[in-house]
Amino acid sequence: MTTPTSTTTSTTTTAERAPVAAGGHAAYLSLRDVKVHFPTDDGLVKAVDGLSFDLERGKTIGIVGESGSGKSVTSQAILGLHRRTRAQTSGSIILDGEDLMTIKDERLRQLRGSKMAMVFQDPLSALHPYYTVGSQIVEGIRVHHHDMSKSVAKKRAIEMLGRVGIPNPARRADQYPHEFSGGMRQRAMIAMALANDPSLLIADEPTTALDVTVQAQILDLMRDLQREFGSAIIMITHDLGVVAEMADDILVMYGGKAVEHGPVNEVFYKPEHPYAWGLLSSMPRLDRARKSRLDPIPGNPPSLINVPSGCAFHPRCTFRDQVPGKTCSTVVPELLESSPQHLVRCHLTPAQRTDLFESDIKPRL
Amino acid sequence: MTDQTPQDTAAPSGAAFPSDTASATDTMVAEQPAPSREGTPLLRLTEMQKYFPQFRQTLVRRPDNPVKAVDGISFDLYPGETIGLVGESGCGKSTAGRTMLRLLDPTGGTIEFQGKDITTVKGDHLRKLRREMQMVFQDPYGSLNPRQTVGSIIAAPFEIQRIKPDGGTRKAVQELMARVGLNPEHYNRYPHEFSGGQRQRIGVARAIALRPQLIVCDEPVSALDVSIQAQVINLLEDIQDELGLAYVFIAHDLSVVRHISDRVVVMYLGKVMEEAERDTLYEHPQHPYTHALLSAVPTPDPARAAKKDRILLTGDLPSPQNPPSGCVFRTRCPKAQDRCAAEIPLPVEITPGHRVACHFPEERQVI
Ligand SMILES: Nc1ncnc2c1ncn2[C@@H]1O[C@H](COP(=O)(O)OP(=O)(O)OP(=O)(O)O)[C@@H](O)[C@H]1O
Ligand SMILES: Nc1ncnc2c1ncn2[C@@H]1O[C@H](COP(=O)(O)OP(=O)(O)O)[C@@H](O)[C@H]1O
Ligand code: SF4
Ligand code: SF4
Ligand SMILES: [Mg+2]
Ligand SMILES: [Mg+2]
Repeated sequence: MTTPTSTTTSTTTTAERAPVAAGGHAAYLSLRDVKVHFPTDDGLVKAVDGLSFDLERGKTIGIVGESGSGKSVTSQAILGLHRRTRAQTSGSIILDGEDLMTIKDERLRQLRGSKMAMVFQDPLSALHPYYTVGSQIVEGIRVHHHDMSKSVAKKRAIEMLGRVGIPNPARRADQYPHEFSGGMRQRAMIAMALANDPSLLIADEPTTALDVTVQAQILDLMRDLQREFGSAIIMITHDLGVVAEMADDILVMYGGKAVEHGPVNEVFYKPEHPYAWGLLSSMPRLDRARKSRLDPIPGNPPSLINVPSGCAFHPRCTFRDQVPGKTCSTVVPELLESSPQHLVRCHLTPAQRTDLFESDIKPRL
Repeated sequence: MTDQTPQDTAAPSGAAFPSDTASATDTMVAEQPAPSREGTPLLRLTEMQKYFPQFRQTLVRRPDNPVKAVDGISFDLYPGETIGLVGESGCGKSTAGRTMLRLLDPTGGTIEFQGKDITTVKGDHLRKLRREMQMVFQDPYGSLNPRQTVGSIIAAPFEIQRIKPDGGTRKAVQELMARVGLNPEHYNRYPHEFSGGQRQRIGVARAIALRPQLIVCDEPVSALDVSIQAQVINLLEDIQDELGLAYVFIAHDLSVVRHISDRVVVMYLGKVMEEAERDTLYEHPQHPYTHALLSAVPTPDPARAAKKDRILLTGDLPSPQNPPSGCVFRTRCPKAQDRCAAEIPLPVEITPGHRVACHFPEERQVI
């Protein structure tokens, strides 16, 4: 067991513990029981409802889940982007000893773009249409390096554009975002995000809008840059192929909560949560013999205003009858350690889950 | 919120239409064998082209090079068959789909439907033809009129074709709704009250209303979550078996295309690079572009992913307004040689039914 990574602030974390960074030392980024709730006219949206995880430098955590499961809100919370909204938040987000939940706005702005950076799904949301790509990267560098001259910053910007594989970077730096193709814009945004060597990179569906060929280039680039700068990466995606290629740890979210969390090999080869089983068996895959028929998860993802009682997945779960009584629809399961570093939120016993996976699920994957 | 309102498929047992539940019987359904490719094709494209004229806005409006969105594609589609159309964004898939349905006027080549040349049919002939050919779109949000009820959206094809179904339009529409797994009581609801997957079912109901022979599905599941994707794919397959429909299935997801298609056509910059029966294409691909596409698909298996050797393409798709000379893929092809710039590679039938447009085809295992 670890001690909570509390330093500056009093983080009273009684809730679940995330897997421990190898060696048991404090992680670079550490979330404990993070909640982000939005009051709306229709009710309280519990977008993130008690999330904990640790991430070390040089490592990647993949966050997967259906649309609306709270992935983006998690990344926004780390960057403090919810502060301008009516969000109600609690828990702690410790980055290198500082609690991002409680630090001043001023300090948060300093960290954003220097120590931590973000890559979005839609590069146009991050690039201003009226300024050249180069000048935007220069701006991003000089905000954090006031004493750097414009020409030095420009050199750095061009170097970064070259690093992300944009041909003719010096000429391209003087062009506007609309003159770039989708893949080039995505690369430009990554160049901007990496210009200050962030030690934490949050990538929210960074390749979802791209073709597989460009996606492969961008993922390759992110791996290279991680190797070089030792950044910690949070990779948010709904594509299990992308996490398998990129992540060291996986966190599966459903209805604002983690339902399974562990090392990539554990979650891919010994998944234990029925929702994770559903995700793995509903997708067609090229690395397996073609199935004559897909096995979908029945029903629809839950509304975060009216999260189903008990286990949020129970209306769609085909295994709920294997839990005695009405436990699945009445009692919220806890996220518990099933094997070292592998956490699962399900009322089935670990033995039941292992048996069900081996007998019912694995043969169908 | 909206996702929850018409929860017609929440409980596995409560679904009006069983195919979207992972019931045990699902696996028992024997797969239909691939349809025969003999006799008259349902749809035959011969060198079909679609160019979009462009103009330079100088002092006077001057014609510029046209955008060659589709530049000579040919294939035969047989009744009951599914042809998958794949390629990177901007390669002309949607334009090809719309042109073969005569929603756009082709610039060149011919389109035959059930043995008849429909390249230039107009007016009443074209309207009658529309009964046989329908389209399902990618965007389950944008392709449905938000101010129309679901009932009137699905009934529209009957009205346009001035058809009075037996038992009345309302009954026909409700049967269609039940058929695609929607609750027929939700007849008077509006699209925003449905989730993405349900909206896609509305699009499918509308497309099958007139019992067409052919549906072009343009990225029908791309906007959906994986679990919902599988529901809609199963629905499309069931409907195909029941009605004997043929599909042209447009998608950029190569795993989905392998699952659903009998044959696959790989497009690049408006042209067909490779066409083959599904297993041949995935197991014995010959074109360097097909190799690159297949090897770029992320593998949802960490150990295999780590071992995989990827063919990384450099650069971006050239503009279809100024395509490269010779082979259009040559600016990104790892195997390009001088001949590739000088000579357009014509499609060659390497084995029966397997056509490759490359000067240096070569089998390569990539998955
Ligand atoms: N500012 C806000 N006010 C109210 N609700 C919000 C706000 N931001 C997000 N939500 C809600 O929080 C939930 C989670 O949103 P989030 O964007 O994190 O989902 P996601 O997993 O990223 O989905 P997607 O894959 O579609 O982007 C959704 O129900 C969303 O509507
Ligand atoms: N109305 C139009 N005018 C000019 N160019 C067009 C038009 N429609 C499509 N194009 C161009 O044709 C090419 C093919 O487009 P499209 O068929 O939509 O690609 P895909 O569906 O494969 O993404 C693209 O370069 C696109 O920009
Ligand atoms: S707790 Fe019950 S309903 Fe939830 S995933 Fe486990 S078995 Fe299914
Ligand atoms: S013809 Fe030449 S450039 Fe084109 S795909 Fe073949 S080898 Fe590559
Ligand atoms: Mg999101
Ligand atoms: Mg398209």
